[in-house]
Amino acid sequence: MTTEITHPKHELLRDERFPHIWCPGCGLGIVLQSYINAIEKSSTRIEDNVLVSGIGCTARLPGYTNLDTYHTTHGRAIAFATGMKIANPSLKVTVISGDGDLFNIGGNHFIHAARRNMDLTVICVNNFNYGMTGGQHGSTTPTSSKSASTPYGNIEASFNLPYIAAALGASFVARWTVMHPRQFTKSIQKALDVRGFSFIEVLSPCPPNFGKLNGFVDGFAEMEFYRKYSVVNEKANLEDIWIDPHHGKEIVLGEFVNRKKPSYLMREEELINSLKGVKQ
Amino acid sequence: MNGLLSPGKYFADGNFASAEGAIMAGCRFFAGYPITPSSEVLERMSRRLPEIGGHFIEMEDEIGSMAAIVGASNAGLKSMTATSGPGFSLMQENLGLGIVTETPTVVLDEMRAGPSTGIPTRVGQGDVMQARWGSHGDYAPITYAPNSVQESFDLAIEAFNAAEMYRQPVIIATDQVIGHLSESLVVKPPEEYTIVQRLIRKKREEDSKVFSFSDDFIPMFIPGTGFKGNVDSLTHDERGYPSNEASVEKEMLEHLIGKIKKNEDKIIKYEEYETEDAEVVIVAYGITSRAAKHAVKLARKDGRKVGLFRPITLWPFPEAKIRNLGERIRLFIVPEINYGQYSHPVREYGCRETREIHFPPGEIPDYKIILKNIEEVFP
Repeated sequence: MTTEITHPKHELLRDERFPHIWCPGCGLGIVLQSYINAIEKSSTRIEDNVLVSGIGCTARLPGYTNLDTYHTTHGRAIAFATGMKIANPSLKVTVISGDGDLFNIGGNHFIHAARRNMDLTVICVNNFNYGMTGGQHGSTTPTSSKSASTPYGNIEASFNLPYIAAALGASFVARWTVMHPRQFTKSIQKALDVRGFSFIEVLSPCPPNFGKLNGFVDGFAEMEFYRKYSVVNEKANLEDIWIDPHHGKEIVLGEFVNRKKPSYLMREEELINSLKGVKQ
Repeated sequence: MNGLLSPGKYFADGNFASAEGAIMAGCRFFAGYPITPSSEVLERMSRRLPEIGGHFIEMEDEIGSMAAIVGASNAGLKSMTATSGPGFSLMQENLGLGIVTETPTVVLDEMRAGPSTGIPTRVGQGDVMQARWGSHGDYAPITYAPNSVQESFDLAIEAFNAAEMYRQPVIIATDQVIGHLSESLVVKPPEEYTIVQRLIRKKREEDSKVFSFSDDFIPMFIPGTGFKGNVDSLTHDERGYPSNEASVEKEMLEHLIGKIKKNEDKIIKYEEYETEDAEVVIVAYGITSRAAKHAVKLARKDGRKVGLFRPITLWPFPEAKIRNLGERIRLFIVPEINYGQYSHPVREYGCRETREIHFPPGEIPDYKIILKNIEEVFP
C-alpha cells in the first residue's frame, strides 16, 4: 500500500515541477519556504501575489510556486514588474532574483525603481557569484574572494546592497541570511505592506561554486559561517556593513529602513485625480 | 468627452498621428526613452495618457521600456513604446521576450541614419532587416511601414489590432521624414474604427493550458484573478513550463511561426500602382515610395511601362505577390535609404533580375534618381 505524501504547503507549490533544480546545500529552498509562509501570513490575498524573476538559479524560484509567475529576461525583472504594477496596481508584485541578475546586468533598473520608490518588493538572494553559469564573479563578490573568473582572488570592490538601496530612497530595506528564516519571513510580510519600494537582501550559500572556492567545504559550513558571524544591528551605519568573509568581519543584519514616504503610484494617482479635477 | 481625438481634419505630423492612432486603438500604457526623431510620440503620450486614465512612464533606457510594455500588457493593458535605431537595437532582447511569451504590444521604430548613433535628425531605412531578424532565434514578425501621416494614424490602429489577434509584439517601421512631415489627417468618429478588444481568460479550467500550440492562440490570462499561470522566457510547453527538449522547442516554434504564416493573407497589405501591364516594377516603402510613385507617373507619361509595388506590411514578406510579379515582368527596381536590404527577399522570391538603388541615409530620396534608373532600363 502506498500513501500519497503531500507537502504541507502543497496549495502554494506546483507539485508537478518537483524535484527542483537546486544543488544540495543551496539556500534557495529556505527562501522559497520563507516566501510562501510570508504571503500566507501576510495581509495580502494569495491570488494578488505575482512573482517576477530574471535569469539564474534564484530566478527559477517563481516557477515552483502556485501563483501567477513570470520568468523574464536576464536583468529585466524589475523593469517588467514596473510595467505590470503600474498597469494593474491591485497586484502585489514581488521580484525575486539573484545578485548577478539584479545588480550586475540589472543594476540600472534597480537604481531607478528604488529612486522612483516604485511599489514593488524586491528580494535579492545573494550568493556572491553567478551560480548557474558555474561560479563566475560579479559585483557582489567580496574583494579577494575566489571565483571561476577570479582565480587569483577578486581585485574589485563589491556592492553593499542595503547601503545602496537606502541611499536611493527605498521605503524599506532589510538584510538576513538563510540561517534566519523566521526574521526573513517577517521582513517579507512587512515588505508586502509597504507602500513604495521594499528591498530585502538574503545571503545564501552556493556550495559547489563560491563555497567550494572560498574554504566552505559544503553548504552547512557556509551556514555555520552565517551563524557565527551574524549580528543584528538595525541602527548600524549602513556605510560600514559591506561583506568581507576573509577577515572575520561581522555580517550585519536587520531591518535598517522602514519609512513612510510617497510611492510612485501614490504620486501617479494624485496626478490623475488632479487632471480629472481640471476637466470637470 | 471620451479623451479620444475629436473627429475631423487635422494638419499634423506623423508623430502626432502615431500617438493619437495608438490611443484610438486603446493604448493605455506607454513606456519609452527619449530619442530623436521619435521623442514627440513620447511627449504626446506623457500629456495624453494621464488625462484619459492611462499610464505613462519614462524609463531609464530602451531595454527597460520594452520590458515594461511587455509587463504592462501581461497585466492587461494595451501598451506601446516608440524609438529609433539605437533604441530599437536595445529593445531586441525583450522584443524576443514578447514573442516567446505571446504578448501583444506595439513598437514604433522611426528609422534614422545609422549605423550606431548615425545622424539622429536625418532619415534612414536601415532597420528593415533588423525588424525581420533583430532578436535572436526564430520568429515571424509583423511590421508595418506607413508612408503618410494618414497611414501613421490608421496603421497604428491596425498594428494594435494585429498584436491582439496574433498575440505578439508588432513593429511599426516608420521613418524620420514621415514622423516629422506635416500634412492632412482625417480622423473618423471612434465607432467607425474596428478595434480588436483583448480576450481574457479569467478562470482556469481543470488542466487548462497557459498556451496552445494547436490553436492559433488561446486568450491570455491576467494575473490576480486566481489563474496561477507560469509565463516563461525559456522554451516552454503549453503549460508554460520550461523544457530542454528539442521536441518542445519544435512544437513551440512551429506554433509561433505557424500562427503568422497561416494568417499571412489576412495580415499582408500592399498598394499596387500601374503594375497591370508593367515590364518593370519598383518595390518601395515608406518615404521612398512617394518619390518612386512620382517617378512612375513621369515615366508613364513617356510611355514607359513601369509600375510600383508598395508593401504596407514589410513583414511577413509578400512572397506570393512578388513571385507572381516576377513571373510576368523583366526587372525589379528596389530603391531604399540603405545599401540594399529589402532588395534581398525581392530578388529571392521574385526570381527576376533586381536592380538596387542605394540612397545614402541622411537624404530624402530624389525622384529624379529613380526616374533616371527607369530610363536606363528602357532602351
